[in-house]
Amino acid sequence: MADTSLPRRGVLAAGAGLVAGLHAPAVFGQATTTLRCAFWDHWVPTGNGALRQLCGQWGERNRVNVQLDFINTTGNQLQLTAAAQAQSRSGHDIISLSPWDVGTYADQLEPVDDVMNRLIAKYGPANQVAEYLAKHRGGWRAIPATSGTQNKPALCRFDLLQEHAGLDVRAMWPAENRKGPGADDWTWETFLRAAEACHRANVPFGLPMGQFTDAVDWVGALFASYGARVTDERGNPTIRNNQQLRQVMDYAVRLARFLPNDVWAWDDASNNRALISGRSALVFNPPSAWAVAKRDAPQVAEKCWTIPMPSGPQGRFLAYLPWNSGIWSFGRNKTAAKNLLEFLTERDSAEATTNTSNGYDIPPFATMSDFKVWETEGPPVGTLYNYPLKPHHDARPSIAFAPAPAELASQMYIQALNTKVIARVAQGGETIEQALGWLEREINNMRRG
Amino acid sequence: MASDATIAHAAPVIAPRATPPTTLQKMARRRSTIAFLLTLPLLAVIGGLVAWPAAYAIYLSTLNRRMTAFIGLENYAILLENDTFRMVIWQSCFFAITAVILKALIGFWLAHMLHHIPSKGQRVWRGMLLVPWVIPPALSTLGWWWMFEPSYSSINWLLAIFSVPPVPWLGEMWWARISVIIVNVWYGAPFFMIMYLAALKSVPDQLYEAADIDGATGWQRLRYVTLPMMRNIISITVLFSLIVTFANYDIVRVLTNGGPRDLTHVFASYAFQVGVLSGNIPRGAAVSLFMFPLLAVIAFFVLRGINERTKEIGA
Repeated sequence: MADTSLPRRGVLAAGAGLVAGLHAPAVFGQATTTLRCAFWDHWVPTGNGALRQLCGQWGERNRVNVQLDFINTTGNQLQLTAAAQAQSRSGHDIISLSPWDVGTYADQLEPVDDVMNRLIAKYGPANQVAEYLAKHRGGWRAIPATSGTQNKPALCRFDLLQEHAGLDVRAMWPAENRKGPGADDWTWETFLRAAEACHRANVPFGLPMGQFTDAVDWVGALFASYGARVTDERGNPTIRNNQQLRQVMDYAVRLARFLPNDVWAWDDASNNRALISGRSALVFNPPSAWAVAKRDAPQVAEKCWTIPMPSGPQGRFLAYLPWNSGIWSFGRNKTAAKNLLEFLTERDSAEATTNTSNGYDIPPFATMSDFKVWETEGPPVGTLYNYPLKPHHDARPSIAFAPAPAELASQMYIQALNTKVIARVAQGGETIEQALGWLEREINNMRRG
Repeated sequence: MASDATIAHAAPVIAPRATPPTTLQKMARRRSTIAFLLTLPLLAVIGGLVAWPAAYAIYLSTLNRRMTAFIGLENYAILLENDTFRMVIWQSCFFAITAVILKALIGFWLAHMLHHIPSKGQRVWRGMLLVPWVIPPALSTLGWWWMFEPSYSSINWLLAIFSVPPVPWLGEMWWARISVIIVNVWYGAPFFMIMYLAALKSVPDQLYEAADIDGATGWQRLRYVTLPMMRNIISITVLFSLIVTFANYDIVRVLTNGGPRDLTHVFASYAFQVGVLSGNIPRGAAVSLFMFPLLAVIAFFVLRGINERTKEIGA
């Protein structure tokens, strides 16, 4: 038998060649790195298209193979994926995180201050709520995303409000950078009178009061506009002798009388259905309800108009629900991940994302509130003009339970303490003091451990 | 044994080169060793999929929220001081006990009805009645949700035909609780039915004949023949269902999400809300383990009773 053994030098040379080959710069344009991303699966059917296209472009340019998984939030699949990956310290490089998950996984997320500082230098300060949610212990732990981020202004049936409440919302909030007559009177008290009128006319406002995000968000903005905070920045309850809290509770209980009697069980789709079916004159929602109406009930869609939320004694607030993109600290390709996220947040990319979602997605920078899509979408043309927060709205973005520390706020938010405390009075028959006592005990309990 | 005989027969031939069997060889020949090796895959599965997750859940429940420090039973103490969690305990017990009793009664009644149908037509009815149990509960609950849906309930639509005012099935405390129980009973009763039907079929006809000769009434036949003969199967079915119903998640999650005002939460749905959604995994683990000791004690006594009765029958 012939001697087939390799000489030692030969083996070493072959090994060195193999190692060099593996690390050689890519030639002929092949991708050398694979970046795995778990993005939120968009409600809008075409919504994922922009991310797919942008990631494809970026991957080609940087010779990175970008693998995209779109994971939906039905059954909290995305949240479960994040929890599982954080526990096992393995998984995707980039993951979409729901508003409070950045705080939950802050210690396992790669700091992205370098990226955010460059973006802020270019586009100005980021949305305050986005900053509150994505910045922890002084550093950015995630990048506020455009895809999936939404505002929840008032989506009105202008014909019904005109007919039953005497409000010409299109004149009050025209599709221009100015307020119209009556816009300054668009307060929660005006809103209450309109709610009563529409309730009498059998087209009540469709305001959910359950435990889903639409309910928690609009009630959060209502509380903010009364200056009603349940905790301070350190998480200490501020419920005792808090007159603003009592004032807003009293208002919410009065308002609840003019809502459909089943709003306590409404989910995030119930208000959409109420509007689309023509049974409701107003909901607080992103334009998804209008977009579905455009397809299924065009006679409803063409009478919809988006306007800011009403203002309260402490000003006007707009419910804002952002998504964030985090990079796991145990990820393999952190530099590439940062580059991709920076690219996706650039103005052109953000505009492409918003355009693809028919105006649904809200970028995290105020300087990006002038995309053409919000002017041109219709019918009626201009219906989405006031969907992004614009300077003439004199409004601030809000998320319920801010400025509590994220760890506490997330628990209060997920457990919908603000809608429950109202429900205990309006539905459960408790006094405001009893309900607030319960609220304080819940918060104290959440702070322990 | 054949193998030993072969070795004994071959011994003179190989005697000069034979060496005494090693300890390992002796062990390998033992029946207990072989039995252990054969059960090893099962033990590995049980260890990996039952014991390890359970032990890990217990460990998690002893950590603080950030999972950085051991706090012993503090999570359980915190939970017991919480108004909402005390309500969840009450609701879980109300939900599980009411649903299991209703499932057992309906299952028993259905099994009796089926038992008296001629065997030719029985198969069709049996198949139809099993349908709710065969459909994945998340899917069937979605169907129920459409019927109960707050604004466009099809049940309310039917009621409206008879001028009955709309019922807030999921929006009002007691209606929401009843709705959750209705769906659970609808889903679980066929399981009781099929188990009880099998038990009924195994009761010897001679016992009924003897009872007839003694002039027993229908109630006496049920009380003194059927029920004693079914006692074991009733115990095991109720125990099994109680555990599964206490751990129910999908029905509450799909139908009410725990609302209104947390008034329909059960342990599993509340554990998910506290643990995964609110990011407090240790406390969520504590919620999910809360009933474990009580259910373990119930299971111990029920299984012991079954064993004793089995021995009595055997003797």
